[in-house]
Amino acid sequence: MTTPTRILPAGDRALLVELDSEPLVVSLTERLRRTPVPGMEDVLPAARTVLVTTTPRTDLDEVRRALRTMTVDLEAHDHTGVPESEPVTIPVRYDGADLADVAGLLRMSRDDVIAAHTAATWRCVFIGFAPGFAYLSCGDDRLTVPRRAQSRTVVPAGSVALAGGYGAVYPRSSPGGWQIIGTTDSPMWNLDAEPPALLQPGRRVRFVDEETL
Amino acid sequence: MSELEVLETGPLSLIQDLGRPGYLSSGVGVSGAADRGSARLANRLVGNDENGACIEVLMGGLALRARTVTTVAVTGAPATALLDGIPMGHASVIVMEPGQTLRLQYAQVGLRSYVGVRGGLAVPDVLGSRSTDTLSGIGPEALKPNDVLPVGTWTRNFPNVDVAPVPAMDPGPLSVRVIGGPRDDWFTNPDALTTGAWAVSPDTDRIGARLNRHAGAPALQRTSEAELPTEGVALGSIQVPPSGQPVVFLADHPISGGYPVIGVVADEDIDRIAQARPGQLIRFTTA
Repeated sequence: MTTPTRILPAGDRALLVELDSEPLVVSLTERLRRTPVPGMEDVLPAARTVLVTTTPRTDLDEVRRALRTMTVDLEAHDHTGVPESEPVTIPVRYDGADLADVAGLLRMSRDDVIAAHTAATWRCVFIGFAPGFAYLSCGDDRLTVPRRAQSRTVVPAGSVALAGGYGAVYPRSSPGGWQIIGTTDSPMWNLDAEPPALLQPGRRVRFVDEETL
Repeated sequence: MSELEVLETGPLSLIQDLGRPGYLSSGVGVSGAADRGSARLANRLVGNDENGACIEVLMGGLALRARTVTTVAVTGAPATALLDGIPMGHASVIVMEPGQTLRLQYAQVGLRSYVGVRGGLAVPDVLGSRSTDTLSGIGPEALKPNDVLPVGTWTRNFPNVDVAPVPAMDPGPLSVRVIGGPRDDWFTNPDALTTGAWAVSPDTDRIGARLNRHAGAPALQRTSEAELPTEGVALGSIQVPPSGQPVVFLADHPISGGYPVIGVVADEDIDRIAQARPGQLIRFTTA
């Protein structure tokens, strides 16, 4: 399979690889983690792109060629040879302040929202906004809601939220505009752990209703 | 262990080394000294590894007292360093005897001075770095009066120079090289970036140097107001929000963003933007 890929300049120490789907982003990220290209310093996957940063004086033309080769036969969820780890389980109390609003926006009952949220297998696509803030996606388009019209100045750590087609858990108290549907005690960010973020790009996640445990 | 007492801090004094690369996928940026070259030089002058933890002083105003013999060097913005009131050379090796006080006056040019300390500041590291990331709140807190900073031990020989020749900092327009992309195609007139001059706005910080158009030069026009899916942004990225007022991302920049990046400042020129004062003019040239 040939993947339409653009490799865009991002200065003299980085390249931005643009892919045509989210699963391809996850695949390229995993490939780069297994086989770093020469001079690579770090990799940052996002919605449709992977930023590859390099150490000073790396020959970016060489990196570009290596990335080109790597993306030619890239396929979605390419886990060849790497057994996929079990999903991370996150127990949730579905007591979020926006749960009723989310149900209204989705024309679903509160219980249907919870059922859809717990039935889906989510995947961490990228981390952004704050340390450990994982953007999770799932195949279920029914859970797509907009951000709140008014952002909250304080969203407590452990808030389980939805917005813009993504799910997330706030790793620490911060301002935020996502719709909060529940709360978890699972620590998303722990500086004493390696890596400190519970979820890494590519990692799968299942939410479980605490009431059913 | 040797220690330094903090008497005064000026507007903002932070501990910085060369940052914590390798944690982007956990949501943590590199951070580190905004002017990396000056931090490296401060460390070299006192015989440290270039990555030693030093103090980044915004505008000057820091005062330190040595408890034991302590060797320091001040680089970056040329804030005059007074040792018990006696002016010391910029980018030179300064030996503080026990009880002596080093005081940085306010810099007349540049924005950030670096105080390198022989042995480095031995505060606990976070994810392999002692730098303070002001955006994500990781690393040591900003210095406060009465803090006592531990100084590490040194093993290497002392370098064979006691003054480093550094070019004078220029308060005039800075010429900065920029590499177009990744999203220059989101603008009807990407060449407007390199036309005329930009002025550094007063609300510039370690996250970014915010720029205003200077003297009626053309504004940047986006081809559409469509939302760009979140993507990773490199150090030095010039991000253009719908207002058309760009931000040049510096050490503590967010790792990803949803506004298009029209170009990225050449790595070698980022240190100079980090030293640009509010009001100072910047001209971008194509690298």
